[in-house]
Amino acid sequence: MQAQTLTGGFAHPSTDAADAFRGVMEALARPGSIHTLTGALPPAPLSSAAGAALLTLCDTETPIYLAGATDCAKVRAWIAFHTGAPLTGPAHCMFALGTWDALPPLSAYPVGTAEYPDRSATLIVECDVLLNAGATLTGPGIRETAALSLPETQAFQTNAALFPLGLDFLFTCRDRIAALPRSTKVL
Amino acid sequence: MSDYNFAYLDEQTKRMIRRAILKGLAIPGYQVPFASREMPMPYGWGTGGVQVSAAVLTPDDRFKVIDQGADDTTNAVSIRSFFERTAGVATTTATTEATVIQTRHRIPEVPLAEGQILVYQVPIPEPLRFLEPRESETRKMHSLEEYGLMHVKLYEDISRHGHIATSYAYPVKVEARYVMDPSPIPKFDNPKLGGCPAIQLFGAGREQRIYALPPYTRVVSLDFEDHPFEATKADHPCGLCGADDSYLDEVIIDDTGGRMFVCSDTDYCETRQAAGHRGKDAA
Repeated sequence: MQAQTLTGGFAHPSTDAADAFRGVMEALARPGSIHTLTGALPPAPLSSAAGAALLTLCDTETPIYLAGATDCAKVRAWIAFHTGAPLTGPAHCMFALGTWDALPPLSAYPVGTAEYPDRSATLIVECDVLLNAGATLTGPGIRETAALSLPETQAFQTNAALFPLGLDFLFTCRDRIAALPRSTKVL
Repeated sequence: MSDYNFAYLDEQTKRMIRRAILKGLAIPGYQVPFASREMPMPYGWGTGGVQVSAAVLTPDDRFKVIDQGADDTTNAVSIRSFFERTAGVATTTATTEATVIQTRHRIPEVPLAEGQILVYQVPIPEPLRFLEPRESETRKMHSLEEYGLMHVKLYEDISRHGHIATSYAYPVKVEARYVMDPSPIPKFDNPKLGGCPAIQLFGAGREQRIYALPPYTRVVSLDFEDHPFEATKADHPCGLCGADDSYLDEVIIDDTGGRMFVCSDTDYCETRQAAGHRGKDAA
């Protein structure tokens, strides 16, 4: 076991997680808004924001799917030590982690059922850039419109059409996070 | 600080509640099941709201608790001191200074702002429960958007009383999809649910449900074209501060039928009195 596996967690698990959750919640409640998540130092290629989101939301009850380059020994060991979350394939995951190129096909993820739409996956999308520019967003949480640099628009329009089913997305870039719930319409 | 974990609950419980809150925000008005814990207070005293507050509080927050609008009632005082002790957060009674407000059955009179979070204590989260007791059926009705029964209930109100007599826990439709119980707030408060800049979270501890309204969500009170929704209140000004735009409590003041009407929102009333406003019953 490498030293890096054991380090990089929250220094103050209780209050750091509380601060990080506020960032995640504000991001999801106000789609397109960008917030800062700090406190986690996960191994490459994970961003610190993605690491903080994992530490805040994942534990032994949340199967995680690691897509593409994130599925490496260092990341697996870090997640196992700090969260205890089981790793699984896309069909049974509650959280998925990877770049936009590595995550598709989106049809592989659970979108919930008509009676339990909450039983759906949350995808943590690692991004190179995260800006308030690009696609125009409307919907709950947005006063009029918001803008966010989405990797594409078609997939999110398809996802929003499934409402109340669908996937929810967290976009992470270094220590920054934004979100796109299924309720948001992408113009 | 104290010997408790920050905000009382253990971290795994908070993660579970936090995941439920996020799904609730992603599906506005939908009731997310969660594994409600036993809290050191009886069911019906705000165990759902307390668990949601525990999951969202950060050390930098300023916490306010109201019970029917009042900061100084038993429920409000004990929950406020609970989090003073277990989370070490600052508390306040001023609506404008609070970042997290836990409420039992009222929305503050002062409009909320971005950055604020309103946490509701909910006794019965299912708006259809008194019409259909089976959870398996109400869940199906929500999935099929089968809300005709609710309109029949409101119609029966009209046929019996001549108007929609439902005065609290008045059902709303969220983003033209889910019918939601706004908790037993007076229908006077219903117009404040929609387009609100703050995040609104609802926690039902005994019934194990969490639901949410993101900011600026469209919320419509159910009604009929010929019987439109009307936010009602007692037709008096406040006896202490003279406000004629606030929700009022009727208070019996003697044995001979004497009564007065006062703001239910104590902070609103006190702020107005401090600014020099006086009602007819003010000393």
